[in-house]
Amino acid sequence: MMRLPQFHYYRPRDVDEAAQILAGEDDAMVVAGGTDLLPNMKRRQQTPRTLVALRHIDSLKKLTNGAGLTIGAGVTLTSLEQNKTVKSAYAGLWQAAAQVATPHLRNMGTLGGNICLDTRCNYYDQNHEWRKAIDFCMKKDGDICWVSTGSKKCLATSSTDTAPALIALRAEVELVSAAGRRTLPLQHLYQDDGIHYLTRRREEILTNIILPQAGATRSTYWKLRRRGSFDFPVLSVAAALEFDEHDVIADARVVLGAVASQPVVCAAVNEQLRGKGLTDEVIEDMAAACAKAAKPVKNTDFAPHWRKRAVAHVTRCALRELRGDDMRETRKKLARQSLI
Amino acid sequence: MNRVTTLKRSTQENAHISCRVNGEPVQVSVAPCKTLLEMLREDLRLTGTKHGCELGECGACAVLVDGDPILSCLSLALDAEGCAIDTIEGMAQDGQLHPLQAAFADLGGAQCGYCTPAILLTAKALLDRQPNPGRDRIREALSGNLCRCTGYQQIFEAVEEAILRLRRTEQGTDLKSVPVGARHNP
Amino acid sequence: MSNTDTFSIIGKPRRRVDGADKVTGRTCFADDIILPRMLHCKLLRSHVPHARIRSVDVSRAERHPGVNLVLTGRDFPNEYGILPVSQDEQPLCRDKVRFVGDPVAAVVARDEFAAEEALDLIKVEYEPLGTISDPVDALNNPAARLHDYSEEGNIHKRLSYEFGDVEESLADSAHVFEDVFFFEGNTHLPLEQHAAVGMQEADGRITLWSSTQCPHYVHRAVAKALDIPMAHIRVIASPNGGGFGGKTDPFNHEIVVVKAAQMLGRPVKCCLNREEVFYCHRGRHPVLMKFRTGVDENGALTGMHLQTLLDGGAYGSYGVASTFYTAVLQPVTYHLPRYAFDACRMFTNKPPCGPKRGHGTVQPRFGQEVQLDKIAAKLDMDPAVLRLNIVEKPGALTANYLKIGSIGLAQCINTVTERCGWKDRYGKLPEGKGMGLACSSYLTGAGNSIYWNAMPHSGVQLKLDRSGKVTVFCGATEIGQGSDDVLVATIAEILGIDPLDIRCVTGDTDLTPVDLGSYSSRVTLMMGNAAIQAAERARGMIAQAVAEKFATDTGSIAFSNGRVFEIGQPEHVLSFRKALVCAEEMHGSLGTTGSYTPPDPPGKYKGGGVGPSPAYSYTAAVVEVDVDTETGWLTVPRVYIAHDLGRAMNPVLARGQVEGSVYMGLGEALMEESAFRRLPARLSNALVHREPSMLEYKSPTSCDMPEVITDMIEHPDDNGPFGAKEAGQGPLLPVMPALANAVYDAVGVRIDEVPITAEKILQALDDKARGGAGRVGPDSFPDIEWPEPFRVPPPWEGGDGNAVNKPARKRAAKMHEMDKFKKVDAS
Ligand SMILES: Cc1cc2nc3c(=O)[nH]c(=O)nc-3n(C[C@H](O)[C@H](O)[C@H](O)COP(=O)(O)OP(=O)(O)OC[C@H]3O[C@@H](n4cnc5c(N)ncnc54)[C@H](O)[C@@H]3O)c2cc1C
Ligand code: SF4
Ligand code: FES
Ligand code: FES
Repeated sequence: MMRLPQFHYYRPRDVDEAAQILAGEDDAMVVAGGTDLLPNMKRRQQTPRTLVALRHIDSLKKLTNGAGLTIGAGVTLTSLEQNKTVKSAYAGLWQAAAQVATPHLRNMGTLGGNICLDTRCNYYDQNHEWRKAIDFCMKKDGDICWVSTGSKKCLATSSTDTAPALIALRAEVELVSAAGRRTLPLQHLYQDDGIHYLTRRREEILTNIILPQAGATRSTYWKLRRRGSFDFPVLSVAAALEFDEHDVIADARVVLGAVASQPVVCAAVNEQLRGKGLTDEVIEDMAAACAKAAKPVKNTDFAPHWRKRAVAHVTRCALRELRGDDMRETRKKLARQSLI
Repeated sequence: MNRVTTLKRSTQENAHISCRVNGEPVQVSVAPCKTLLEMLREDLRLTGTKHGCELGECGACAVLVDGDPILSCLSLALDAEGCAIDTIEGMAQDGQLHPLQAAFADLGGAQCGYCTPAILLTAKALLDRQPNPGRDRIREALSGNLCRCTGYQQIFEAVEEAILRLRRTEQGTDLKSVPVGARHNP
Repeated sequence: MSNTDTFSIIGKPRRRVDGADKVTGRTCFADDIILPRMLHCKLLRSHVPHARIRSVDVSRAERHPGVNLVLTGRDFPNEYGILPVSQDEQPLCRDKVRFVGDPVAAVVARDEFAAEEALDLIKVEYEPLGTISDPVDALNNPAARLHDYSEEGNIHKRLSYEFGDVEESLADSAHVFEDVFFFEGNTHLPLEQHAAVGMQEADGRITLWSSTQCPHYVHRAVAKALDIPMAHIRVIASPNGGGFGGKTDPFNHEIVVVKAAQMLGRPVKCCLNREEVFYCHRGRHPVLMKFRTGVDENGALTGMHLQTLLDGGAYGSYGVASTFYTAVLQPVTYHLPRYAFDACRMFTNKPPCGPKRGHGTVQPRFGQEVQLDKIAAKLDMDPAVLRLNIVEKPGALTANYLKIGSIGLAQCINTVTERCGWKDRYGKLPEGKGMGLACSSYLTGAGNSIYWNAMPHSGVQLKLDRSGKVTVFCGATEIGQGSDDVLVATIAEILGIDPLDIRCVTGDTDLTPVDLGSYSSRVTLMMGNAAIQAAERARGMIAQAVAEKFATDTGSIAFSNGRVFEIGQPEHVLSFRKALVCAEEMHGSLGTTGSYTPPDPPGKYKGGGVGPSPAYSYTAAVVEVDVDTETGWLTVPRVYIAHDLGRAMNPVLARGQVEGSVYMGLGEALMEESAFRRLPARLSNALVHREPSMLEYKSPTSCDMPEVITDMIEHPDDNGPFGAKEAGQGPLLPVMPALANAVYDAVGVRIDEVPITAEKILQALDDKARGGAGRVGPDSFPDIEWPEPFRVPPPWEGGDGNAVNKPARKRAAKMHEMDKFKKVDAS
């Protein structure tokens, strides 16, 4: 049986209490659903001395409809999946949440945990014994990167499903620490470094995810993985488009997941789409541009060159769906689920 | 503030947990770094809950916590405090198999039976909420439970048969009239 | 052909006898055993792939709180191994480790926490040795030798046979096809991780509970490894949470817990974690193979020369048998007038390969069925017609002297092709959609035990008494396949009683007669026949007593519905319980036995012991695919399968075996892969399993499983109980080649290796677009120095089953067990 290492355990009742504990302990991590952190602890990839549990903090479990939608970091993925507003107004987020891991893991895993999910790599997501056999890498206990031995930085892959969808929807996140509170666009929470993949300070708690009003924005999320369940994405495409009354794009956000150490916002693509209609040619150009922006490395399932090529196909699917094409059959083949 | 301190794993002091297991109040003293899976199997000796990876990758350890199927290998025993936990041991009531259990036994839903406890509980949670799911819904609800023996088809059929049987019980029809049998396809 | 109407239990869908236990969580698997004062064991496994052990320092571990005992290789003087010719394993490595995961020490402690902590305190000094990562590497680097007893370098075993002059046939053939295929290794991945509990009784005798498919073989291995008389060891096979061949070898941890229990006088449990299960392995060998096949202008086979190269991993395991199995069943499916094969198994620094569902026959079946598809394409023939024309005849004796009984293959082919609308759809579907056909055959139990002996392969014992209860004892092991159900159903059928009146005790070497174990699809046939014999003997005794009571002859006594009666005399009837009272009065305490020994194989040549079976099952499958031409993304909407299993004893369970095989076959075809990673020597000497986890070893989920349309075809075999043949392995075989053939039908590319992934399809499509052959697969087969073949003329060329030459064979060094084994030489 794989067992947990020892740890101190705190059960704060509110965010302030949690923030205080974090301010006072230097080797502490928060644990929400635990579906990412606990396996990592069992494999000794992460070995915090102290765990601060968020599951008893009610304020983190709220979903509030206002000008937009404010989602507490402790809301489970299943609750998101079952929320009618999410499904109708933020379809991309709904599709992303519904494709995370498995139904059981979604019952446990939270949106906050998914956003802060540790980056992944085939050389890192292994038992301690395995990592010892191959020799430890720089993300934990070593100083080399096995994916690219010349690399100075870790190339572990950002594997969160919801972040690309949320970034496409222009989400902001709220961070709270004993020192105060700040809000920033979710996109800025990430940086392209497999080890320091978040700009979050160690003692900050992610409390809320704030979505602007959906308005006329249409969004979608397409994920590729080997199996229809369990697997992390090997690439994903999130897109949110706002059309004017002539079906011309007024605002566009296309974000790629699992092709770098952070979600990749295809800024150029977004620029090019504005003011255009989604003709076949436009979609073709965008698909090619997204494939170009993707820089997968060899540390997930599937070969990087294949993933890069598949980006074009998946981007095309996403944009066609937003155009209104009937993509249900294609969706079913790629996702192995109907997602309707 | 509630802090549980652990010392060296092998010498740590136990935590005391009160919860309900299969409807009955339970008090248990457990090593604080144990998971719910370890608590159920090792401390409560409810070995009907299985394990195949202890990392969230197989689903064999699923139990119901407050009615939801979750993975006991990734839940802390400490978090069971105050919860209602259902395991396979409590699924049959008053000496009667739950219709899902009966259908699984009749229709080949359990071969080696190792994935079975978790699948039965997961299916029960589904039917408790959604009494009449279609094949795709069943398939997706069970997609977090690996089975290496059956190829899933007889599992789906068993769930569908249980749905019929549950409906018949509700309508007061005699259960015994339900044919037990192999479905030759198509 | 079926006449199940005359049976009351056999052939009728029924709740399995252990069904209620399985759905209530009562089935007690090995790790569910909790005994008073039980201790826990963890193994320290090598993190280097190949090294000499310089020293092992356990002093700090021994002093760790909670630790009761630390064991190392020194505590175990004897080697063991499943085959007498490869006694090459040690419970804990003494001088050398041969792969990452090879165990070197064991800690026994009050709980797993303490044991794990103590593992970290053991210091092992290794002297690294050169590593071997695959068979070609092994051929090129004979110096980095894993075992001294190998034939030479790292060549574990080479075989060479000729059944008729194949070269002559090929020279005379209208067409000769030459193809090279590769089948990647994969593993069983039973959901239950292996576990064992050892206990010493107060009188010093030993009990071992284990998740093993073969308690009898474990019994032998424990006795040998620990020098304990077999009479003092009791091995109990716990119900297995899936086996698939992965629990058929004796394992290190089984022997270690017995030793520890002996030394401490307390029960000791060891349950492996998932990574360790990947290290135990014994799964599918990676096999490179080359087929040279001749056909006439109608596609009939004229001759075949097959060469196979197996990546054996670090130990022998069943490897010599696996090597034979990569070739011997080729002539069983289609008529093959002349046949030759060469097979070679190499040692490499990876977990040992062994028997997985379809043992050794899966890989060459893939090659042959894909090659047949190419032949059909070249001859512009319908692949179904081509196959129907060459199906072997019932009762045939093959070129390599395998005696076949019933063959329902033609009906299987007709059934699947009708169900899927083959005539109207094959070759006519739109681009991207396709369907492929493949067939196979498999043995129903190996004709020989793994160690030579003239004793029965399965024994059944019955105890009956005045209570009306029958207890049946048999060494067979329930691994999920339903062997307990077959046993009870057989007895119930013959005695005319309710299965609930029968208690079955299985897989316990103290209580039950020997059965060799749940492997090679042998249980239904062998145990079933033994059970029929035992039950018929009991029936005879009861009939005699009842006949005397009614003053009639035993021939007019019948058994049915829990009653024993005189035919035609409605008032001459006793309940089964009363009949037992009569029988007990007449005979004293009641008990019978039955046993089964397979028929002598017709092949008398050395090596002819591998391949013979009392009966062969047959399967045909059609797989439908949908391929996205831009990415190669592959979807399988439907699989049609028809399997000739002789007789479906309990159709619910038989169908479960067929569909479970399809599932596992699809896993192998699409995603399962035991891949390894080797880092450049200048950076790290690592050679590790790439992804020893359930997340990264991809096994299909409920969302990935297509609809399966199953037909069970019943061509009863004279050798089978009620005509039954096997159903648990054969149906896996055609799935992978049918899928490869379907991909060709869909997009015109050939993937000549398994697994068949989107990446490979895309690569082949690119190749085709550039004007290439549109194929992904191995290019060549390496040069291997083959020994002089055994020349055995086929039956129709005047052969009598003996070789006509006596090729010299180098004797393996130091394998003193060899002599005992020579009569079956390597089966
Ligand atoms: C088999 C398996 C498959 C999976 N597949 C997928 C998949 O397909 N897609 C996917 O996206 N994920 C997947 N996951 C990962 C995981 O289940 C989800 O990402 C889940 O949403 C994580 O949420 P959690 O609440 O369980 O996180 P936890 O494990 O509790 O936390 C994860 C990380 O976030 C930090 N954290 C959590 N909450 C906060 C907060 N409020 N403020 C600051 N930091 C916080 C934690 O310290 C930790 O570092 C998989 C996991 C497993 C075991
Ligand atoms: S990308 Fe390199 S450094 Fe990062 S986890 Fe993987 S191997 Fe380690
Ligand atoms: S034991 Fe595999 S998911 Fe919990
Ligand atoms: S029945 Fe064996 S794993 Fe599902």
